[in-house]
Amino acid sequence: MTDQPSKKPSPKAPPVIHGKTDRHYAADGGDRQAFDELADVIPKHRFRFSVTGWVGLVVVVVWCLVAILGPLLAPYGENELPFPEAYAEFQAPQVGAWLGTDVADRDILSRLMYGAGRTIGISLAATMLAYLIGVVLGITAAVSSPKIDMVISRINDAFLSLPTIMLGLVVVAAVGSSIPILICTAGVIYATLVFRLARALAQDIIVMDFVEVAHLRGEGLWWIISREIWPNAAIPLLTDFGLRLIYVILFVSSLSFLGLGVQPPQADWGSMVRENLGALQYGKSIFSVLTPAIAIASLTVAINLIVDDISAHGGGRFTRKL
Amino acid sequence: MVTTIAVSLIIFIGTQILPGDVAQIRLGQSATDENLAVLRARLGLDVPYYVQYWRWLTGFVQGDFGVSLASDVPITQLIAQRYENTVYVAVLTALIGVPVSLALGIFAAMFPGSLYDRILTMVSVSLVATPEFLTATFLVLLFVFALGVGNAVVVGSVADKNWLQLITHFALPITTLCFVIASQLIRMSRASVLNVMNSPYIEMAILKGVPRQRIIFRHALLNAIGPIVNVVALNLAYLVTGVIVVEIYFGYPGLATLIVQGVQTRDYVLVQGLGMIFCLIYVVLVMVADIAALASNPRLRHPK
Repeated sequence: MTDQPSKKPSPKAPPVIHGKTDRHYAADGGDRQAFDELADVIPKHRFRFSVTGWVGLVVVVVWCLVAILGPLLAPYGENELPFPEAYAEFQAPQVGAWLGTDVADRDILSRLMYGAGRTIGISLAATMLAYLIGVVLGITAAVSSPKIDMVISRINDAFLSLPTIMLGLVVVAAVGSSIPILICTAGVIYATLVFRLARALAQDIIVMDFVEVAHLRGEGLWWIISREIWPNAAIPLLTDFGLRLIYVILFVSSLSFLGLGVQPPQADWGSMVRENLGALQYGKSIFSVLTPAIAIASLTVAINLIVDDISAHGGGRFTRKL
Repeated sequence: MVTTIAVSLIIFIGTQILPGDVAQIRLGQSATDENLAVLRARLGLDVPYYVQYWRWLTGFVQGDFGVSLASDVPITQLIAQRYENTVYVAVLTALIGVPVSLALGIFAAMFPGSLYDRILTMVSVSLVATPEFLTATFLVLLFVFALGVGNAVVVGSVADKNWLQLITHFALPITTLCFVIASQLIRMSRASVLNVMNSPYIEMAILKGVPRQRIIFRHALLNAIGPIVNVVALNLAYLVTGVIVVEIYFGYPGLATLIVQGVQTRDYVLVQGLGMIFCLIYVVLVMVADIAALASNPRLRHPK
């Protein structure tokens, strides 16, 4: 490993002896090149995506673009009728409304584009929140005294022993549904799983020899967390981030599907399926139900493909173990 | 036991953080102070939270879930009207889905790397990431639209149907749920059998010249039973989520539609009671999974 020296030993290499002063370097975060030993900790092998990985990547990128640019690209407004003079529910696809219209004669394509931003945005925000809470608490629990660890873990176990959708239902019953609440609910619920993973990873790493060495060198706690534990936990956590994102997307869509997530008339993929269920029951144009459901599935399957590809190369060892 | 109490606490606190006063919400703006006081006393809201919690928990244990806020009907009665549908679908799913997916998974593990194995793995991987309502939609399209059999909507309940009607009405929801559990079950049962197949004593058996069938059924499967029971119990626990979505999708009255209605009308007594039931089932199943893991592996029982 040591035959790969880091490319440029940074001028601001940290004073390793004085534990107090590293705070400045730790705080600026992310500047990996500044530390000699880190080049060894994360070998910079570049992995290649397989064919399925590329397919997944393309699909995800397309959906992200739609999510960001959706409102600009959409041919109609979110609640605009493409054919105001000829009102009919569930019109078949035709010129002007490429995917047909929905239960209130709105353009499905436009609503899909508006909904993309909401579904992906909410899920992404919730997953990031889950990671923020889960990783911070998980590493805290791993490095702090057994008592604190016990308290945090027991509380976490109690939450883990509930089905996620039930927790979601209870929270929505109590405080009602809005987008910020949806993000917080999903974030907190999924933080429990992230917590477990982060804690287990940190505990695995903390007993390694190089952490012991850092201790003996007189490094502070913050140094050990940010420069020894974090870089080693990051890759398994990243692969797990993808998996978690899938489950959060499914969770948010399920809540919306139950009518407890994003509220109409705002579009969201899950609620679009729910609104248009009538099309199936009356045997009308089925695009209104099918397209949002396929949109969700294509996104989650695509993320799954990418995650599979990445975890086949590195970090999969840890995630599979849990 | 401790988990159960913790679960009940979470549900209780969760539903009690409701901003505002239930009595106030129910009576609206025009309520006088006396009216409010009377209603609060009747709903048992005039005592401190811990007393309320105690009353609710003891009531729950004795089978008294309280009275629905929205309709003034005892919750046990509401449940009695609807539990049949939910139980029927869940039990049939377990009876059909579990053996089939176990067989598929184990079969794939016998021939790892074969075409069959790879196709099955791919299908189950993409099924895991598919929402329940897409599976349901495809099934409805295939059977109702293309083949003209079955119903996209389930009307009525189990009690008032003959055999044929039962099949046409409930086949699609049950198939959907089977797919939901199959995706996980196939993957996990395959993994646990493969895990056993990679162990040294199987290699020993192969080297001894034991016939292939005997290795699989006598050496591998018997040792994989523990992990497999564990996997099955966990997957039945996942059913809790699937049941809710499927009931809403096919629109038949069951416990899950009841709880969703409760959430929509903010009937927190109803949500508490039903939430407790669902969570208890889940906790019990997870516990069965843990016990199965312990029972099958003596090494777990005596940690070093």
